[in-house]
Amino acid sequence: MQALINHSKLLKTIINLIAFITLIGSIGLSVSYGSTKVPIETVWQAVFHFQPDISAHQVIQELRLPRAITAALIGAFLAVSGAIMQGMTRNPLASPSIMGVTDGAAFALVITLAFYPSVSNLGGTFASFIGAGIAVSIIFIIGTLSSGGLTPVKLALAGVAIGALLRSISSVISLHFQLEKEMGFWMAGGLDGANWNAIKILIFSGIIGMLIALFISKSITVLSLGEEMATGLGQNNTLIKILGIVSVLILTGVSVSIAGAVGFIGLIIPHITRFIMGKDYRWIIPSSAIFGALLLVLADLVSRLVNAPFETPVGAITSLIGVPFFLYLARNSGGGSK
Amino acid sequence: MSTVKIRKRKQFILTMVTLILLIIVMFFISLSTGVIQITPMEVINTLLHNGTEQQALILFDFRLPGIVLALFIGAMLAVSGTILQGVTQNDLADPGILGINTGAGLAVVLYIYFFQDMLTLSGPQSIFLMPFAALLGALFAAGLIYLLAWRSGVNPIRLVLVGIGVNAGFSAILTILQLRMDPQNYRQVTVWLAGDIWNANWNFVLALLPWALLLIPIAIYKAKALDVFNLGDEVAAGLGINVEKERGLLLLIAVALAGAAVAAGGAIAFLGLVVPHIARKLIGPLHQMIIPISTLIGAVLLMIADTIGKNILAPSEIPVGIVVSILSAPYFIYLLMKVK
Repeated sequence: MQALINHSKLLKTIINLIAFITLIGSIGLSVSYGSTKVPIETVWQAVFHFQPDISAHQVIQELRLPRAITAALIGAFLAVSGAIMQGMTRNPLASPSIMGVTDGAAFALVITLAFYPSVSNLGGTFASFIGAGIAVSIIFIIGTLSSGGLTPVKLALAGVAIGALLRSISSVISLHFQLEKEMGFWMAGGLDGANWNAIKILIFSGIIGMLIALFISKSITVLSLGEEMATGLGQNNTLIKILGIVSVLILTGVSVSIAGAVGFIGLIIPHITRFIMGKDYRWIIPSSAIFGALLLVLADLVSRLVNAPFETPVGAITSLIGVPFFLYLARNSGGGSK
Repeated sequence: MSTVKIRKRKQFILTMVTLILLIIVMFFISLSTGVIQITPMEVINTLLHNGTEQQALILFDFRLPGIVLALFIGAMLAVSGTILQGVTQNDLADPGILGINTGAGLAVVLYIYFFQDMLTLSGPQSIFLMPFAALLGALFAAGLIYLLAWRSGVNPIRLVLVGIGVNAGFSAILTILQLRMDPQNYRQVTVWLAGDIWNANWNFVLALLPWALLLIPIAIYKAKALDVFNLGDEVAAGLGINVEKERGLLLLIAVALAGAAVAAGGAIAFLGLVVPHIARKLIGPLHQMIIPISTLIGAVLLMIADTIGKNILAPSEIPVGIVVSILSAPYFIYLLMKVK
């Protein structure tokens, strides 16, 4: 038995390692392909022997590399948010985009930009934390007020409705203040705003969010087995849930403030990693980060190549990947056999 | 028994008359408000061909077609929602939430995309063909949703959930398609998809008219079948109704109404959800009464939403679909909390 566990731990580590190497390779591909192809050796030189007078090096350092890194970080953050949400609520449909959390963040960003047009990057990030918080609170209140309690599926539907509501209000505000372009960007999701400054904010928030996530990962495993059992084991569920929500708000909020509402990553990736890694969230959370990063880097690459030289919003690509998966889940968890 | 029936009939007539009066009042309010104010007296004068040329231009060429269109679209979406809720026995059914509207929208955008060089967008042939394209898209969406939600029966919540998924998929395809269009068409399509009665002109009204005038009466004529569905499939079959045939026909009417409405007014969600609930509250569960009442409520609600959208943040106009969503999404959440 012991040997089996060790073996499977080794196996899991190897899988994660392979995924991580694939991720690095994909980032390399993403930097190398684009409106003009740059050979992979040039990419290597631009990163490790940067020469400012070569224009290809400039393009890589200032545009493509930050973009690929941003994609990786945001993919990781959204996937971890989804994993925490699914673990805490035992709801297979929970994820930042389905539950309206990304819409809440975008909503706050539109309001902030309407009234304080000169808001800084950091200010925008802070606003989107608050917006994500508003969406989570509304869902929480609905769950509490609902007399019979909300089933997972109904909670997901409530999230969709809240998302629609917040999106509509955002549209009104953006129409009035002529912010349609910004609003369109946040709603569709895109990575063309990536730069080193944004990456600094991403890394700073990401460290806090990820540390919390890893810190509570063991407790989430217990929580995912059932609330009574977790209480029985002497776990302070309220504290864990608050920490979990804080982590989701930070990770989702910072992602939306930089790349808009990129959907479905937080839904798909946790399911895939649970399938590979089993039920232990100490494994699921780090793996989700790697796989989420991989998915968004590749989706971004596709979004730039599918209609070159024009960019397709990366959110549309992740939706196309995510919808069949969502439909599969909806069929299986759609309440009852009839 | 018969006194109950008579009382019910009286109540029905009273509600109908009240709603028609409300529509007339809203009609004049809507005609007289806007960036350029025209008093209701002037409106009447202009309608009687006694107004100034400028007033006649504003009323006949700009405001009137928009308002008439809003009336028809509201009525059609409301009836579509009523039928969908009746047939699927599902309080949460609505052509917008189920993705039927987006399916119709996708078909229209495909149509514009492939024929944009051959036709001018608001030219007459293009407008009269659009409802047919929308109908095909709506039918495809409805079929797809039903198929995907089917698992030895269709559970209401699963149907809505699948609808949301299909909706998201169509939306993603739409986003990609839109970016491949030339900028002029792109802008029009974007505004139109938000649920705007864009570019309202009499051609749109004419294109929509046959659909509304043909399908809504058929729906009222078929209303009895909807009442029988309430009793369950076995009872319905026992009463000599060909359940599958009637269900198919009614669904076809609902999808066609939604499709045609989308072709003219864009994707307006939630209206078809809310109206049947209001109608049931007002008149009870009989569909023969619910459908006419829904027709009028849908018409008046969309006219109100259109007027709000045009005036509340003037000079910015808010697409009517967004106004409807803001007003109705909370009600959807409320319903959700009640559904078992």
